[in-house]
Amino acid sequence: MNYNAEQLTNMSPNMRAWVRFKKNRRGYYSLWLFSILLFISFFAEVISNDKPLIVYYQHSYYFPLWNEYPETTFGGDFVSGTDYNDPYIKDKITQGDNWALYPLNHYNYSSINYFADLPNPAPPSEQNVLGTDDRGRDVLARLIYGFRLSVLFALVLTAIGVILGILMGSIQGYFAGRVDLVVQRLIEIWSSMPELYLLIIFASIFKPSIGLLIVLLSLFGWMGLSDYVRAEFLRGRNLDYVQAARSLGVSNIGIMFKHLLPNSMVPVLTFLPFRISGAILALTSLDYLGLGVPPSTPSLGELLSQGKENIDAWWLSLTTFTVLVGTLVLLIFIGEALREALDTRRG
Amino acid sequence: MTKSSILEIKNLSVDFSTPAGQVNVVRDINFTLESGRTMALVGESGSGKSVTAMSILRLHDEQKVNYSKGDILFKGKNLLGLDETEIKRVRGNKISMIFQEPMTSLNPTFTVGDQITEPLLIHRGMNRLKAKQRALQLMDLVGIHEPAHRFDAYPHLLSGGQRQRMMIAMALACEPELLIADEPTTALDVTVQLQILLLLEKLQKEFSMAVLMISHDLNLVKRFAQQVCVMQDGNIVEQGDVEHIYKQPQHPYTIQLLDSEPERIIPDGETMALQHNRELLSGKNMFCYFTVKSGFFRKLVSTVKAVDDINLFLREGETLGIVGESGSGKSTLGRCLLRMEHCRGEIHFDQTRIDELKNAQLRPLRKEFQIVFQDPYSSLSPRMTIEQIVGEGLKIHFPQLNKAERRVKIKKALTEVGLEEDILWRYPHEFSGGQRQRIAIARVVILEPKLILLDEPTSALDVSVQKQVLTLLRELQQRHKISYLFITHDLKVIEAVAHRIMVMKEGRIIEVGETQKIFTTPEKEYTRQLLTASLFKTDENKLVTV
Repeated sequence: MNYNAEQLTNMSPNMRAWVRFKKNRRGYYSLWLFSILLFISFFAEVISNDKPLIVYYQHSYYFPLWNEYPETTFGGDFVSGTDYNDPYIKDKITQGDNWALYPLNHYNYSSINYFADLPNPAPPSEQNVLGTDDRGRDVLARLIYGFRLSVLFALVLTAIGVILGILMGSIQGYFAGRVDLVVQRLIEIWSSMPELYLLIIFASIFKPSIGLLIVLLSLFGWMGLSDYVRAEFLRGRNLDYVQAARSLGVSNIGIMFKHLLPNSMVPVLTFLPFRISGAILALTSLDYLGLGVPPSTPSLGELLSQGKENIDAWWLSLTTFTVLVGTLVLLIFIGEALREALDTRRG
Repeated sequence: MTKSSILEIKNLSVDFSTPAGQVNVVRDINFTLESGRTMALVGESGSGKSVTAMSILRLHDEQKVNYSKGDILFKGKNLLGLDETEIKRVRGNKISMIFQEPMTSLNPTFTVGDQITEPLLIHRGMNRLKAKQRALQLMDLVGIHEPAHRFDAYPHLLSGGQRQRMMIAMALACEPELLIADEPTTALDVTVQLQILLLLEKLQKEFSMAVLMISHDLNLVKRFAQQVCVMQDGNIVEQGDVEHIYKQPQHPYTIQLLDSEPERIIPDGETMALQHNRELLSGKNMFCYFTVKSGFFRKLVSTVKAVDDINLFLREGETLGIVGESGSGKSTLGRCLLRMEHCRGEIHFDQTRIDELKNAQLRPLRKEFQIVFQDPYSSLSPRMTIEQIVGEGLKIHFPQLNKAERRVKIKKALTEVGLEEDILWRYPHEFSGGQRQRIAIARVVILEPKLILLDEPTSALDVSVQKQVLTLLRELQQRHKISYLFITHDLKVIEAVAHRIMVMKEGRIIEVGETQKIFTTPEKEYTRQLLTASLFKTDENKLVTV
């Protein structure tokens, strides 16, 4: 949509940034696509699960997604939890008046298809749309859950990294001198720690978990960014508008975050999409090496490593590769548009 | 084409291609320059005068520029028709150029000797030894002491004036027939400016060159040029002999330009009347030294005495002008008085001693003394809207106001400085220099301060805008009884607005007194020099020696 100059001047600053963002069609559509995918993946349990949403069995309703029912409820032999993909149970709950509403995909990330016709890993079939992995788990289900986990992991990691990086960089740049000197030396020492070895050591001491990974990667992730923020603050701290703010009586915090930070955000935003995609890649490669998340967790890296082990099972590597590349490309397009949108000189 | 004409520009139009499309920056201009004469192109920024000069040597990016129409005839030959190798033979040889900024127009990685010999090696085919001899002669000619000693110096070892002399030596190396000087002295101090201009004039006679000078300074043009072209928006609106045009300007724009020279806007008796007002600000025995340290253990290498034992006072409603050349410590003094810089000495403001207050104690007082900076482009945060910029001080010093009440005050302040009310949501980059300076003034006036420090508030502005801003400042002073500390190097501006003047040099006061007294009967030699240099009240035949 095109706005004339008068309309633009009447808009609030945020509205105008939004107009500039929309001008970049590619980034705008990427944002939509990415948001929709992320939104859908939040409902992964309803879309891809091995339990039906509702079962109507002998005139009463059951909600297996929320409650666990023993198999005996549906006329089975065991008192343990029901396997709704068991052909016998499936038969029981769908014959006659009974009916069951299954999710679109009948598997969740850890459910194993015990009733597959082919040995694992099995190629795509009617039962498993994208085949199964070497333990008989549905690939599509693992991709959906894996995508959600990767993106959330990356967003959290990036947010922590950006906050820490901005904080450290702005303190260094704004106060400069001795503070800058000391923090800079600390960063040099800290950045010379071998990150990968630390990860391996910690993986053997503690039980691997997502939380531990976030903590470890955050400890090192902020340093690259703080350098850029520091440089921008050093450049900006003596500019006239900062002096003007100081003479108005604005406090240090006010100057740092209201005057300097908005003018120092370009490098932060420039690196934002690369940081998010970098975090996704980091998680993937750690999983690929077996240093990442615990084994049962859905993970793109683990799928890739299975693809390497079973080189002729093309559905493993090809699908994972597509999801990974698609996500990274979308993020980079969004980042580009975001950068242009925040540049007020673009009108 | 007359016989002695050396440069003839016929119907020249220049376009630039920008992302938004072709922009026509020079429109169908004509002028003729005769050899041995000086022609000045005057106009405000953006009028196309530099573009015209650069077109002569075709120094624009070939991919972005389009000479859509016209010819540039240099001794009858069309420069626009030459190919790249032919034009190179003209550049620096037949026509050479001096740029505005001597700090950046010399290459810092080569010695000045290398840079002066370069055109000789290229155009004259001299060997190194001969070129060096010639370069030493040239350096002597432009008034460099001990040329042999300076030959191997790097540009950073030289002062601004010396660098500009080196630039001239470079430009004259091949004895050009036409010299283009693009604001050759704008970046220099007034006393140096005069020396350089007199030198150029002397050399012009010696080499019988034609000079095309670009300037925005009408006094300078009046003194040093014979012909003048007045440019506005890419057009030449009027041209002719300097004397004729200055006496009888025809075009309204020329009249406006000549009119906009600052003239005294303070009535005669006012300085006397102000003597009974109480002192608002005073500084006693002010010192501010900067130490230069180097090495790992921060060893003290030297001390720069920026402010060296200065006493001053400022009365309510008064304007005190602080004048001096760059490095005289005038800006530092201003910043010291407002506690923006560490310094020693007693400062009283409005009966409170402020030099001993801690920053937190000082903050509520800051409302009373404010600053307006020189460069309106860097003094407004580019990512804040006008409402945020102007309203920021209100948030701090009038926290009781709500958003709607603040907006009312912001609108009032904007109207007061002569801006529209509906610009609240816009960003600084959408405004011209003059408008931005008005915004910067609105930002401080809204706090109703008792004192405003004006640090070269008009130096970055065009002359016509300059006068408007000075008038605005004067109106505000009368309405709100504000005191001004007016720091500037421009004596014409200070003559217009100051009640009293303080002349500074190397951190010390040279002379203080009433404005008119200092301008008519200066007591100190340095003040006299400064006045002569900035007002061009020189005898044409007398050369100021270096």
